[in-house]
Amino acid sequence: MTQAEATTIDTTTEMSGAQMILKALTDLGVEVIFGYPGGAVLPIYDEIFKQDKIKHILVRHEQAATHAAEGYARATGKPGVVLVTSGPGATNAVTGLTDAMLDSIPLICITGQVARHLIGNDAFQEADTVGITRPCTKHNYLVKETSDVPTVLHEAFYVATNGRPGPVVIDMPKDVQIEKAAYQVSEHAEHRTYRPQMHGDETAIREAVKALSKGMRPIIYSGGGIINSGPEASKLLREFAKLTGMPVTSTLMGLGAYPASDNQFLGMLGMHGTWEANHAMHDCDVMLCIGARFDDRVTGAIDKFSPGSKKIHVDIDLSSINKNVQVDIPVVGDARSVLERMIAIWKEENCSEGQPPLNAWWDQINHWRARKCLNYEDSEDIIMPQKALERLQHFVKDRDAVISTEVGQHQMWAAQFLGFDRPNAWLTSGGLGTMGYGLPAAIGAQIAFPDKLCIDVAGEASIQMNIQELGTMAQYKLPVKIFIMNNEFMGMVRQWQDLSYEGRHSESYSDSLPDFVALAEAYGMKGIMVDHPDNLDAAIEEMLNHDGPVVMDCRVAKLENCFPMVPAGAAHNEMMLPGDGVSKPKDDEALAVV
Amino acid sequence: MKEIGPIQRHTISVIVDNEAGVLARVIGLFSGRGYNIESLTVAAVGKGEARSRITVVTSGTSMVIEQIKAQLDRLVPVHRVADLTIDGPFVARELALVKVSGTGDRRVEALRLAEAFRARAVDSTTESFVFELTGSAEKINAFIDLMKELGLVEAARTGAVALSRGEAGL
Repeated sequence: MTQAEATTIDTTTEMSGAQMILKALTDLGVEVIFGYPGGAVLPIYDEIFKQDKIKHILVRHEQAATHAAEGYARATGKPGVVLVTSGPGATNAVTGLTDAMLDSIPLICITGQVARHLIGNDAFQEADTVGITRPCTKHNYLVKETSDVPTVLHEAFYVATNGRPGPVVIDMPKDVQIEKAAYQVSEHAEHRTYRPQMHGDETAIREAVKALSKGMRPIIYSGGGIINSGPEASKLLREFAKLTGMPVTSTLMGLGAYPASDNQFLGMLGMHGTWEANHAMHDCDVMLCIGARFDDRVTGAIDKFSPGSKKIHVDIDLSSINKNVQVDIPVVGDARSVLERMIAIWKEENCSEGQPPLNAWWDQINHWRARKCLNYEDSEDIIMPQKALERLQHFVKDRDAVISTEVGQHQMWAAQFLGFDRPNAWLTSGGLGTMGYGLPAAIGAQIAFPDKLCIDVAGEASIQMNIQELGTMAQYKLPVKIFIMNNEFMGMVRQWQDLSYEGRHSESYSDSLPDFVALAEAYGMKGIMVDHPDNLDAAIEEMLNHDGPVVMDCRVAKLENCFPMVPAGAAHNEMMLPGDGVSKPKDDEALAVV
Repeated sequence: MKEIGPIQRHTISVIVDNEAGVLARVIGLFSGRGYNIESLTVAAVGKGEARSRITVVTSGTSMVIEQIKAQLDRLVPVHRVADLTIDGPFVARELALVKVSGTGDRRVEALRLAEAFRARAVDSTTESFVFELTGSAEKINAFIDLMKELGLVEAARTGAVALSRGEAGL
């Protein structure tokens, strides 16, 4: 951030609150706002109309504005900016704010509010936005003085982007937008008091390096924090892994921080992680968790999680440490800064020389790899979903694509079958699991990178949760490719019903689906339908070669399950593979925790 | 998270920016994450009343107590979080107003006990007293229990305020 440059003090001219907002956003380097107008933000929209530095992207629903801003933020590393009106505008944004909170995505969401004298009167389109968004934002503000507007905006950017990133809401009463005051940014353009701890404790880092250097069976478990820390952190992670020869696994959110094509990468861990990653996590003797948070989808049964390993946890957020899993060496700090120190200490102490050989450990890992856990039974007549993604991967692997997903089976298959070699190329809703995330997120990424290939890997159920955004794609001529893996089921729900509820498919089928090709054409886009493996490659090529938006309806096998799977209440080494058959959860407790 | 280990009571001091909504943030954190609040007091302190001091008495396993402190510390307007129970000896006091009605011997006995507890009558009628009492929660509990037999009408209590012993401050 360059707040320092932006702390201009100009007391000579008075500006309206709305003008101040645009000036502050411009000074803060904002290029794009995702938004939707309404009564309580009309003064701001009027100022947007009068300028041309900041581009406004009109979405079709406020939830999509927040997800588009998330996609923009994740793909660029810059904060995403959202502008919505009061009342329903703000409440529609709540899902995206919560999503950004859970996945630590920096967002600034400016919400309109009724005029100050009307607050609390149940005025038209009034909602208690700061009350509603308090638990789903990192911080929020209700601006009561027009002269505070510049400072609040600068502070909001600082809070959203520093420490563990997250969403910040600024609730702006309409009369504050109209009233005039001097434009002045307080000296505390950062924040009066908020100072996240960036540098880890040196003693703890040294202890961590020592423990790692003695490990016979070490593993690095990296997460989205590496990506949030910036591209440099990804480079340092690669350097540290190469230096130490350790295997690396990644959470869903962290994919791309370590190259999937590298031999030291074991694939994703967790509920639908690989056989080798989960077994290595279970059997390791020392674990470096960096920028991840021992989520329940990662750990499986917590009391059986990696027993007997020494656990090192590097996180910028103290509250992530010892929350789910007791660790031995906690390090509070930014991933990049801590990795820099770890590499320096490793070299300085000549740790590579004293390190026990890892050959036996790698032999064991290669033995697990030989299970080829992602294998599936292919078909000559039906497109298997895994096959669809394998072929997609084949055609996009050298094209530096940005991939977003919705939520469900297709998301897990995408995580398993699409290899990410760089950070910021994978946009997915991990913590909140928000269906409808992928299309707007792809739109956000495409806005940031007009020339990049942006693909939303979707399911036919998820895509309908924000399908109105086809309008946004059409309006801005965004060449997003929507790759719908259509199995006519809410596949993950159906899979769980098969595994845990004796196959009673309660409301989990997709009835009355639109004709996606006709729908695409109705928006003036290209639509492609493919339902036979023989035509799959040609269809994918047609999609990728089309110079514009495409909706691909890829009809895949209806009842395929996503494996490997750590079933309810099980440990990492009790994974199910295809063909293991259906096993009911062990008890009610197991049924409840997953 | 599974509860492991004994439940402990901790008194935690929190210094926050004295701004709108800060108390709602703290209380929302406790209710949203399922932590207990046994008592909570808050008032502006220091120069210009720019800061407030919250004293919260909570209970949980040591893992939960650590989480509570880390979660409090993560709130943007929170400056300092101190666990008085861990940091060393501390004094905690509560204030109570206790209304007692009665005549004759019961009235005399109430007044006598009040004296023994160093409670002050801050309102009197011929048939009632309002006593003001400060002390530990246990002392106040004991006083209220005794007054039950002597015509207790109602009591209002503040919850604990606490400071560490010795010269150092937050």
